[in-house]
Amino acid sequence: MLSGGLTAALGMAGVALGLSAIFGETRHLKISWLLPLVGVIFDLGQVGGFFVAATGAVSIAVGIYAVGYAQREHWARFPLVMLPLFVAAMLLVPAAGSVTTFLLAWELMAGASLVLVLSEHQREAVRSAGVFYAVMTQLGFAAILVALVVLSAAGGGDAFATIAAHAGGLSPGTRTAVFLLTLMGFGSKAGLLPLHAWLPRAHPEAPSPVSALMSAAMVNMGIYGIIRIDLQLLGPGPHWWGLTLMIFGAVSAVFGVLQASVATDLKRLLAYSTTENMGLITLALGAATLLSSYGAHQVAAMAMTAALLLILSHAAFKTLAFLAAGSVLAATGLRDLDKLGGLARRMPGTTVMFGIAALGASGLPLGAGFVGEWLLLQSLIHSPHENNTLLALTMPLSVGAVALTTGLGIAAMVKAFGVGFLARPRSAAAAAAREAPASMMAGMGIAAAACAVFAVAPVLLGPVLSHVLTALPSVGGREAGPALGTYLRLPGIAGSMSPGLIAAALVVAVILALGLARWGARHRPVAATVPLWACGADSLSSKMQYTATSFAEPLQRVFDNVLKPETDVEVTHFAESQYLVERVTYRTLLADPVEQRLYTPVVRAVTIWAQWVRRAHPGSVHLYLTYGALGLLIVLVIAR
Amino acid sequence: MSWIGKIRRVGRIVEAADEAPEATAAPPTGVTGSLQLRHVDCGSCNGCELEISGAFSSVYDAERFGARVVASPRHADGLIATGVVTRNMHQPLLNTLKAVPEPRVVIAVGDCAINGGAFAQGYGVVGSVADVIPVDVQVPGCPPTPQQIIAALRTVTGR
Amino acid sequence: MNATIGLAGHTYLTYLATALQVLAVIVGAPFIVGGMRQVRARLEGRAGGGIGQPWRDLHKQLRKQQVTPQGTTVVFGFAPAVVAGTALLIAAILPLIALGSPLDPAADLFGVVGLLFLGTVALTLAGLDTGTAFGGMGSSREITIAALVEPTILLAVFALSVPGRSANLAAIVSATADNPGHLVSPGSLLAFVALAIVIIAETGRLPVDNPSTHLELTMIHEAMVLEYAGPRLALVEWASGMRLTVLLGLLANLFLPWGVAGADPSVLAILIGFVAITVKVAVLAGLLAAGEVFIAKLRYFRIPELLAGSFLLALLAVTASYFFATPTN
Repeated sequence: MLSGGLTAALGMAGVALGLSAIFGETRHLKISWLLPLVGVIFDLGQVGGFFVAATGAVSIAVGIYAVGYAQREHWARFPLVMLPLFVAAMLLVPAAGSVTTFLLAWELMAGASLVLVLSEHQREAVRSAGVFYAVMTQLGFAAILVALVVLSAAGGGDAFATIAAHAGGLSPGTRTAVFLLTLMGFGSKAGLLPLHAWLPRAHPEAPSPVSALMSAAMVNMGIYGIIRIDLQLLGPGPHWWGLTLMIFGAVSAVFGVLQASVATDLKRLLAYSTTENMGLITLALGAATLLSSYGAHQVAAMAMTAALLLILSHAAFKTLAFLAAGSVLAATGLRDLDKLGGLARRMPGTTVMFGIAALGASGLPLGAGFVGEWLLLQSLIHSPHENNTLLALTMPLSVGAVALTTGLGIAAMVKAFGVGFLARPRSAAAAAAREAPASMMAGMGIAAAACAVFAVAPVLLGPVLSHVLTALPSVGGREAGPALGTYLRLPGIAGSMSPGLIAAALVVAVILALGLARWGARHRPVAATVPLWACGADSLSSKMQYTATSFAEPLQRVFDNVLKPETDVEVTHFAESQYLVERVTYRTLLADPVEQRLYTPVVRAVTIWAQWVRRAHPGSVHLYLTYGALGLLIVLVIAR
Repeated sequence: MSWIGKIRRVGRIVEAADEAPEATAAPPTGVTGSLQLRHVDCGSCNGCELEISGAFSSVYDAERFGARVVASPRHADGLIATGVVTRNMHQPLLNTLKAVPEPRVVIAVGDCAINGGAFAQGYGVVGSVADVIPVDVQVPGCPPTPQQIIAALRTVTGR
Repeated sequence: MNATIGLAGHTYLTYLATALQVLAVIVGAPFIVGGMRQVRARLEGRAGGGIGQPWRDLHKQLRKQQVTPQGTTVVFGFAPAVVAGTALLIAAILPLIALGSPLDPAADLFGVVGLLFLGTVALTLAGLDTGTAFGGMGSSREITIAALVEPTILLAVFALSVPGRSANLAAIVSATADNPGHLVSPGSLLAFVALAIVIIAETGRLPVDNPSTHLELTMIHEAMVLEYAGPRLALVEWASGMRLTVLLGLLANLFLPWGVAGADPSVLAILIGFVAITVKVAVLAGLLAAGEVFIAKLRYFRIPELLAGSFLLALLAVTASYFFATPTN
């Protein structure tokens, strides 16, 4: 109770602080005595405030939810203590104003999340996921560390303000190095390919409130890093920066959603959906960078607004989805969609919540993600293409990538909702589900309310988005973004849309359709509930229903070359006769192909290299002392 | 492209319609000219099936009187049953009729469906269709001709 | 750009035109389906049931008993209304009779595509909700096709929005009406073919899906609705017909916009627009039905190849419209 309340309170403080930073002055805070040599500097501007507010909002919902969840799942004391600490660390990262503070807050956040992932460390899967996560986070941190150290060395200081002042004088080599390293490090945190493999391993194994925080708030920190360092501090970049961001974004989006559409574990599906959405956001950032590097600032402003809106809407529906998945896990003990089903009768509230989240994740009208995606598509189709072959080729391909992502996302969410919640239960555990307690429903309700706001009334976000945009002059901030009123109007371009009006008109249309169906009602015999049509058989067992695996099988077949499933068929014959079959076992395994093709060879190479280096460590203390002295000598020579 | 020539050469091959017969069963729900039927083969020799598919073919064209065969009993107004009811098909026939929404009709086609026909004394036979479910229209014959089947359908559709 | 946009800025006659559009789609959709069946029947040498047959069937189905299978939820119950509702909303948005629909600034072509998919998703969830093997099979196949057809649709929208520099439908149609030379440009022709394939895939016509098959293993759309009966079945069939009609109307007015009344129409212009769209949709439907006589259904696992081909066509359409487009105003 205390832990959840504290988390929610921190969340509210975060929202207040973030909003005040967006609408008011940038806040400075310097605590010189906390760290030797450089002190701790906090510098909360519009961009930082945006992310602090987003994180805070997610934390409010998760905090309230965690009150009921921790009770139901009997959490130990340690995770309860770490939860508010994790939120506090996440709130500190966007507020950091110097390289040291940033790295400190980053490691604090990573450490707290690692501890929380290992909450149920009795299970083997959790332990291996924790190790994987720890290694990849530290690798990413190493990249970020090198990048920021290079940046502060070249920029002449530790504080971001100092670096920004000197940003014009950085050499192209430095900028390229920093860009690539930060892309690697922050991209890994955001879950972009090819360093995403920790996401589908760690997020399912963490407890659900922690998964929600990680997927909806922590991955945003990767995006924050890219925006703050590469787009704001380093200023306008060359064309290939935007192109690189777009390529990584598009590939992550398509690959992530493809894996989500064939995943049968509910939380793994949602984790891959996070990769997909981060890919879309990076695509939008890349489009904004590329367009403004060609001087199309108005369209770039549209793309940047789309990115910001996608960040917020993703935070809303991903929180709701993970909280609902947590409710299902707490009620049934199952994450496997192939064993769920029929939850709409036993847990109607959770079903509605997950339905809202799935609608938001699919990018359909009336969903939270529709407006952001619409803005992204509009910015892509309105890019100037006269005499510009690069844009003329990239933009159609990007539209194709976004469209394929949306289509596959719809398939993934229909599968998750339809197979997991509708029809009849496929196992005894699913049939025995209980609805979640009031605090969990309240937490989900807050996230659902946010989804509803994004779906029909994005006008409420207009002032926030326009203020944040002014802080990003290098990606279109010089121009005004799209006007978010009752109608979304695109400045200078003929284009408008009104999600609220579409929702209202759809309700009217559905009522009209129901009215059409009432025609002739007086002549009807009395309505009846009848058994399912089983093609003449007496009844259908619940095993005859389509499972998630069978639902996704056509898609798996179409994308066979990308997914590379491992199929194993084992036929056991009778001992007496080879012509009679006793048993056939069919096993199919869908692992992450990037992990198999990229990580395994790298790990093998590193292991071989490490074995070779081991020869230099024979165990003699004299040799180690010599190494130490040599190292010190080299450092002294260089530092002269 | 040769198909277009073929279509033009063959032209209209449907036979002229006979006079409309008297109605023996009211059209379901009172709307004339619309009858969807679910076919159930209770245990026939398929002779009646061939004649029924002939009735719906291009030569006799039962569709012009509003009759159609559909894929699910939920979409149907009734059953068109052929063959004697065998033991294995006894329960499925009952289940199929239960799946049809009210108001519904049952049309029994062929001597086997009406009174057991050639298989009346068989060991795997439960009885005729009328022994199992209430029948509204009967079409005698072994097998009945397509014209006889269409005449029976027209007594229900009213067209 | 028109300064007076928003619901209040429209004349009484544009509201009338929009209402007439919706009414025409409601009344005309079964006739279009009946007309297509008649064309097919005549080409097969039969007499056919007449173009009024679907109306008779609808009338009868509305008077039958409403049966709800055990184990289904409200999703099964309300999905037909949602599909029909989205089709009606699209009919109100599209510039079928007149250009200045009050809903035109509220939803552009991307919004229309989104609403179309919303209807598809509703029916797919209903198929899963039945909990039968055929329902799940139909849903799985339908959603695979929908996922693979989306890139083609959005790229075709992209290609169409290049000449008018906008994705709002009134702008696209009036841009084509003002510059008829666009229609014979390679981009436009490729977009037409891509869009035609998309419509065939979305509405479940041959060669993607056979609407009159009885073999469940060959069904896509039919398999999802095997459990529906009576009034809900009537609504589902009606909604399918309405979707086909509005999509054919969209295709007609995007590529043959003559006859459409302007943004501020007179009564005569509305009547001309009504007659024009009826003729265009009837002709397109007849051509589609005649084409179906010559094609067999594709095997299901060949459909992704067809959709990949249409994606390439749409991509070429966009590239062609970039390099060959004559800029407007």
